Amino acid sequence: MNRQLVVIGNGMVGHRLVQALRERDTRREWHVTVLGEETRPAYDRVALSSYVDGTTADELTLPELGVQLHLGDPAVAIDRAARRVRTASGRTLSYDALVLATGSVPFVPPVPGRDLPGCFVYRTLDDLDAITAAAEAAVARPGPGRRSAVVVGGGLLGLEAARALRRLGLSPQVVEIAPRLMPVQVDEGGGALLRRLVESSDLAVRCGVSVTAVAPDRGRLTATLSDGVELDADLVVFSAGIRPADALARAAGLALGERGGVLVDNRCRTSDEDVWAIGEVAALEGRTYGLVAPGYAMAEVVADRLLGGQATMTPAELDMSTQLKMLGVDVASFGDAQAATPGALEVVVDDPVAGTYSKLVVSGPARSDSGELVDGARTLLGGVLVGDASRFASLRPLVGSPLPADPAAMIAPGGVELGADALPDSAQICSCNAVTKGAITSAIAGGAHDVPALKACTRAGTSCGSCVPLLKKVLATEGVEVSKALCEHFGQSRAELFEVVAGTGIRTFSELVDRFGRGRGCDICKPAIASILASLGTGHVHDGEQAALQDTNDHFLANLQRNGTYSVVPRLPGGEVSPAQLITIGEVARDFGLYTKITGGQRIDMFGARVEQLPAIWRRLVDAGFESGHAYGKALRTVKSCVGTTWCRYGVQDSVGLAVALELRYRGLRAPHKFKSGVSGCARECAEARSKDFGIIATEQGWNLYVGGNGGFTPRHAELLASDLDTEQLVTIIDRFLMFYIRTADRLQRTASWIESLEGGLEHLRAVVVEDSLGICADLEAAMEKHVGSYADEWRGVLEDEEKLARFVSFVNAPDTPDATIEVVRERGQPVPLPAPGVRQPTELRLRRPCAVIGAGAPITAHDPAGADR
Amino acid sequence: MTTVVPDLRWHDVCDLARLLPERGAAALVDGRQVAIFRTHDGGLHAVDNIDPISGAAVLSRGIVGDRGGVPTVASPVYKESFSLLDGRCLDADGVSVTVYAVRITDGRVQIGIP
Ligand SMILES: Cc1cc2nc3c(=O)[nH]c(=O)nc-3n(C[C@H](O)[C@H](O)[C@H](O)COP(=O)(O)OP(=O)(O)OC[C@H]3O[C@@H](n4cnc5c(N)ncnc54)[C@H](O)[C@@H]3O)c2cc1C
Ligand code: SF4
Repeated sequence: MNRQLVVIGNGMVGHRLVQALRERDTRREWHVTVLGEETRPAYDRVALSSYVDGTTADELTLPELGVQLHLGDPAVAIDRAARRVRTASGRTLSYDALVLATGSVPFVPPVPGRDLPGCFVYRTLDDLDAITAAAEAAVARPGPGRRSAVVVGGGLLGLEAARALRRLGLSPQVVEIAPRLMPVQVDEGGGALLRRLVESSDLAVRCGVSVTAVAPDRGRLTATLSDGVELDADLVVFSAGIRPADALARAAGLALGERGGVLVDNRCRTSDEDVWAIGEVAALEGRTYGLVAPGYAMAEVVADRLLGGQATMTPAELDMSTQLKMLGVDVASFGDAQAATPGALEVVVDDPVAGTYSKLVVSGPARSDSGELVDGARTLLGGVLVGDASRFASLRPLVGSPLPADPAAMIAPGGVELGADALPDSAQICSCNAVTKGAITSAIAGGAHDVPALKACTRAGTSCGSCVPLLKKVLATEGVEVSKALCEHFGQSRAELFEVVAGTGIRTFSELVDRFGRGRGCDICKPAIASILASLGTGHVHDGEQAALQDTNDHFLANLQRNGTYSVVPRLPGGEVSPAQLITIGEVARDFGLYTKITGGQRIDMFGARVEQLPAIWRRLVDAGFESGHAYGKALRTVKSCVGTTWCRYGVQDSVGLAVALELRYRGLRAPHKFKSGVSGCARECAEARSKDFGIIATEQGWNLYVGGNGGFTPRHAELLASDLDTEQLVTIIDRFLMFYIRTADRLQRTASWIESLEGGLEHLRAVVVEDSLGICADLEAAMEKHVGSYADEWRGVLEDEEKLARFVSFVNAPDTPDATIEVVRERGQPVPLPAPGVRQPTELRLRRPCAVIGAGAPITAHDPAGADR
Repeated sequence: MTTVVPDLRWHDVCDLARLLPERGAAALVDGRQVAIFRTHDGGLHAVDNIDPISGAAVLSRGIVGDRGGVPTVASPVYKESFSLLDGRCLDADGVSVTVYAVRITDGRVQIGIP
């Protein structure tokens, strides 16, 4: 019999519980119903702040789990005797087991005026929508003066909120009652530096004072502080801590912790055997935890228990480490950061000039009963890192273990860098998902030999991602060379080969494979090297030995289709096409019997050309002024555009003009993979620029540049790289971005995964291509100038060269005899290949209800078989 | 061991110069489509032009290389490699293409068909 599980709360921890249960409950013992107060499906609250950077709600949404989910319908009462839950909409649900995962509510100090319009909390996507709307209204408000906001609370969340407000165009002031920022995580020494770093990123900070009142003031707000200072603000955001959302449990008579939260034992069971509590609402042996990792651990325990397991929580081992995300200020704290353990010693390296503060907390020297020294101040208890938190990933897992070197050396600049072999098997590598080094090494032994495989089988690295560098180190120490070899012929990565080719001046595959590889290459390395040579501007892609490196698309400058024919795409820069050009394309397609289709990139694709027809087709196109569209190449495809100021009522910039100019600038540029662009004339984004490798959206002031977007298999929105650029700045940054990508990406790596693979990700990319942190920008720009200056149409190059033309034959000994295996049928009035056996049948819509076909054209067959379910 | 070598009929195809090193060419020989390859060391190989996996007549347009020293061509459709020595597909069990005899006579490429 199916037992009924009701989960109240569809947040991160409730979601994790259901996910864990679904994975393990293979016999489907439990039927699961989830009640959510929010109207959206569960999302990644930890990454909430990225919402203001353009990450969409969809992208934040956690995977769907296929259980019954009632959103926007909170539980309002629990009848424990009858084992029933009642919801706001009046639904009643019976349960065999009930899990409370209601999380927390923001704590708003009881100051007068806290409910005024313009006052917000910072917890949910709805909160962020409201804050964004208010900020936009403030920015749009006529009249002079700064648009400002007051953030009440200078902890982790307050700083995140302040950054978000700054991002929305306001000047935030952070008010913190404690004498320093992030008082829970950071000690006094670190706090002083943190404050300096925060202030230098344009946030005003006031510590040691509190907000005592908020009052309306001519359409804005005034916040009064305990020292009498008055701050005017368009918005006030309260982020002064959280309180467990335990009202429901309290009303149901469940035991609560002394400081709130539903009291649970180490099995996460409440005072009622049938009721469990997990996540921020749970007071585990009396203590609540405001972080996601302990919540996940509780979810795992309850999933195990529901299936008859014996898992328990060990509070002492809970990971309480935190890292400040996204302020551009590195802060991390872990373990006993405040040195509260009796006898603990602190080792501090404070470098105000470099702007770094590092502290390790270690156990004091311990002596055995006989007076021998048993622990020479070596067990790591915790630490604080401010200004440079790069060692966080390798230090955190060592908490509770002896340090492998002198503590000071481990935090000193240029000191000991820890390898993964220094970590014990019990060390937690991924704290979000509680994955130990032992679990990772056994996954590696089981065949997971790269980071994606480890993520898939251990879940390590799938939440905040900060442990990914460490995963790589563990792979390395386990002897799994994360092989960067291109293929069996080259031990180097694509990026390394690029450097080799650029540095040595080698220009043929033969010389390269003789000197730096082995064998005669394959379909992996040859096209990759062809692409490198082409990016370096070595003439026509069919010149000399290069011809033999190209895959069939680049060899015939057309796209191979499944029946051995090719498709032909002339370039239409920006998607602009004149009536005369349309007529030419139509005539060519008609005369050669080609099938035509409009592509997603705003051009016209002609399908079904046989090899020997390609030159004649292109002669007609080139004569009419067309050139290759490189639809076949790992190269720039299209720059899609909307009509912008040319036609559109809303346009603020000339998107078509820019798209045409960009497409002409980067046409023919070969890269590790194909890349696409788009330009929208205003924020309405009709060109879908954010789904492109580089997308441009017009603003009143200029252009915003987004990078790393992707449609296809793993859709991803491009992220903002730089904003409000003038056209010259924009082109310069795109030049650098593309050349940096071409030089350093892996074979067949799209920009999205390339950016993800950069250590430091988008921030690093911005440093390199906007701030020129590596000093290579002049070089990148020069390389792009060289490409632009040497561009020539590839098809014209073929038509002008008899030797190149000679390859476009069906058979060497019967150059004009068509390939007899190519058979064509007609579908919807156009020629298409014969369906492959058993693979593709023309689709016919079968509608179950009577349907009127309105208008002319091919009728849609409407079936209404007798007995159909109606 | 005895090998039965059937009588071959040789068909003239083209000048050797028409074959680019490490590239293939399709030929129509006695009604069949044959893909002829010239490897870097000057070796000549001929196999069926029809890719048994996709059914398209395109093997002559694949990239020529080697796997562990065995000369190969990779189908341009789904990228499986075939040995040019015995026609075996190196990426799919039980799949292979016919291998044809090929020779040069007076600078002309010839294909032998049993
Ligand atoms: C901006 C921000 C940044 C953060 N950054 C980090 C970080 O870097 N690291 C970290 O570890 N943690 C971070 N956190 C904290 C982390 O998000 C929480 O620890 C985690 O979400 C807790 O999960 P939960 O499921 O217990 O609660 P929640 O995710 O809050 O989910 C509880 C859900 O229950 C719903 N609910 C409440 N009452 C009812 C009811 N009666 N009926 C039905 N549904 C109900 C709520 O609406 C909510 O959707 C951050 C939080 C925020 C807001
Ligand atoms: S993005 Fe803006 S300018 Fe372009 S078509 Fe849409 S509304 Fe008009």
